[in-house]
Amino acid sequence: MPVDYLPILVMIAIVTAFAVIALTLSAMTGPRRPNPTKLSPYESGMPPFGSARRRFSIKYYLTAVLFILFDIEIIFFYPWAVLFRDLGWFGLSAMGTFMLVLLIGYVYVWRKGGFEWD
Amino acid sequence: MESIPFYFLAALAVLAALGVVVMRDPVYSALALAVVLTALAGLYVLLSAPFLAAAQVMIYAGAILILFVFVIMLLSPGREGDAPRGALKWQRPLAVIFGGALVAQLALVLLMTILPTGRGLYTPEYLAQIGSTQAVGAALFTDYLLPFEITSLLLLVAMVGVIVLAKKKS
Amino acid sequence: MTLDPIVITLIEAVVKTIVVIVALLTAFAYLTLVERYVIAKIQSRIGPNRVGAIGGIALLQPIADAIKMIFKEDFWPSQADKIIYTIAPGIAVGTALLAWAVMPLHPSTEIFGYRVDFFIADVNIGVLYLLAIGSLGVYGIVLGGWGSNNKYSMLGALRSTAQMISYEVSLGLALVGVLMISGSLSLVTIVEKQSFIWNVVWQPLGFIIYFIAAVAEVNRLPFDLPEAETELVAGYQTEYSSLKFALFYMAEYINMITVSAIAATMFLGGYQGPFGILPGVHWLVLKIMFFIFVMMWMRGTLPRFRYDQLMRFGWQVLLPLALANIFITALVMLVVGA
Repeated sequence: MPVDYLPILVMIAIVTAFAVIALTLSAMTGPRRPNPTKLSPYESGMPPFGSARRRFSIKYYLTAVLFILFDIEIIFFYPWAVLFRDLGWFGLSAMGTFMLVLLIGYVYVWRKGGFEWD
Repeated sequence: MESIPFYFLAALAVLAALGVVVMRDPVYSALALAVVLTALAGLYVLLSAPFLAAAQVMIYAGAILILFVFVIMLLSPGREGDAPRGALKWQRPLAVIFGGALVAQLALVLLMTILPTGRGLYTPEYLAQIGSTQAVGAALFTDYLLPFEITSLLLLVAMVGVIVLAKKKS
Repeated sequence: MTLDPIVITLIEAVVKTIVVIVALLTAFAYLTLVERYVIAKIQSRIGPNRVGAIGGIALLQPIADAIKMIFKEDFWPSQADKIIYTIAPGIAVGTALLAWAVMPLHPSTEIFGYRVDFFIADVNIGVLYLLAIGSLGVYGIVLGGWGSNNKYSMLGALRSTAQMISYEVSLGLALVGVLMISGSLSLVTIVEKQSFIWNVVWQPLGFIIYFIAAVAEVNRLPFDLPEAETELVAGYQTEYSSLKFALFYMAEYINMITVSAIAATMFLGGYQGPFGILPGVHWLVLKIMFFIFVMMWMRGTLPRFRYDQLMRFGWQVLLPLALANIFITALVMLVVGA
């Protein structure tokens, strides 16, 4: 029932208001004495060099893709789990087949060193 | 009264979608896209499809967009204006053609289904029956068992693909 | 006078939300104090004992800290992306609070002939809602790091995100066993079904996997790589000050309370007492406190993982264990049930 979700909408509104108030309060209170050194990026007291917007390791990309794939798997597991009592052996074999195919991929990624962070 | 959340979410989705296109900084575009996807999830809830809504937020906003953000950071492309303007000129006519085709398709669907009678295909009671997690699961493991199993092959291909792309031969 | 049921729902939602938020903020404030005491005791120190001290315990310390935070200088680094830098802590704390929308706190009771439910919403996708909100929590960190435009912040945010998404998989899979037993995604139903025997009895492995993944999710030791101060200063929080820093800090502690509450609800019967003794919110609080104490204890005791060890542990140990747990549960249920 969509009406069950109405309190969540209310909560989203209140939480947003809370965050906005806190951030505004933060900007309004306290002293404001900026100087170039204070505003420069913190690099352990050394004069900053270069930009922080540099290219990052492809490993992060790899992790994010693997996460998407397993997240999709989770989303299939949830309806399966709540129905498991009704599905019985059939459910186990259906999910088992699904998992077996993914397991091939998992072993492949493992053997190719996809989980190593070197 | 019931339509207030709908109009709110619909307006939010359209505005944020405009933001995705208009924003010059790719991180802002990605953020606007996150708002679009979450607003759409809200609309799914209004259509009594909570499972789809949760999947939408988890997979699209929580996983795929994180990948987008990672890719943006990986490449650090800077603002859109920094690229030479003419670089992607050939895409413009294609965009018009495909965009027009999509609008035409949607218009056709509307003309054939909802507009003649002025009402949708399904009643709220029917929608409430088919949208729950249990109902989705029941459909998935009976009528759609084969597509479900084939999805695993798709995921397998994606896994192999990402390793081929991201892993150096050593 | 009779009110429209929708209006009653709205008023109820507003009241409950405000009560829950105030309770969480108070809990956050005093947890910082408790944590300092626990760590002090572990390290044979005294801990804070000045501000409003009663019996050597500085009861007003959190209030003093809050006032100090509010009146600290709030600045925007010149390199930062001003908008994203500002909203990131808001997103972090917002997503942390929103998880509490579906948490059942106390059995429903009749008060003056009026039925009161002690949860903000009971939705039939409860557990999925928690996962979805949890997956949005990453945004606060990644945007904070990117918006600061500082090398430490950026690296900290990327590491943190990669860590959180890696452990989110095991976290989500560890809960599947509980769902198979209870056959529902509604947290209220899941708690009600544990009125006599808690799920942890049937799901010991799932419980352990969940707890490890949850500690990694909230970036606590031994998984606090994002803030590994010896290499990354303060990770994504490096450039933050004043209330903006406090909001990140708040988000971290509220997330700690949240994952403890989920552990209590899914595995330890939530507000149910052992063998059905006096169900109520006191049990939930007790269980949450237990988990938080364990996390503080771990912080005081364990060294930090190396980043490659952390990623390997998540993907090569926890994930296969979580999958094995699901299939073992399935087999046991089918063999014993038949």
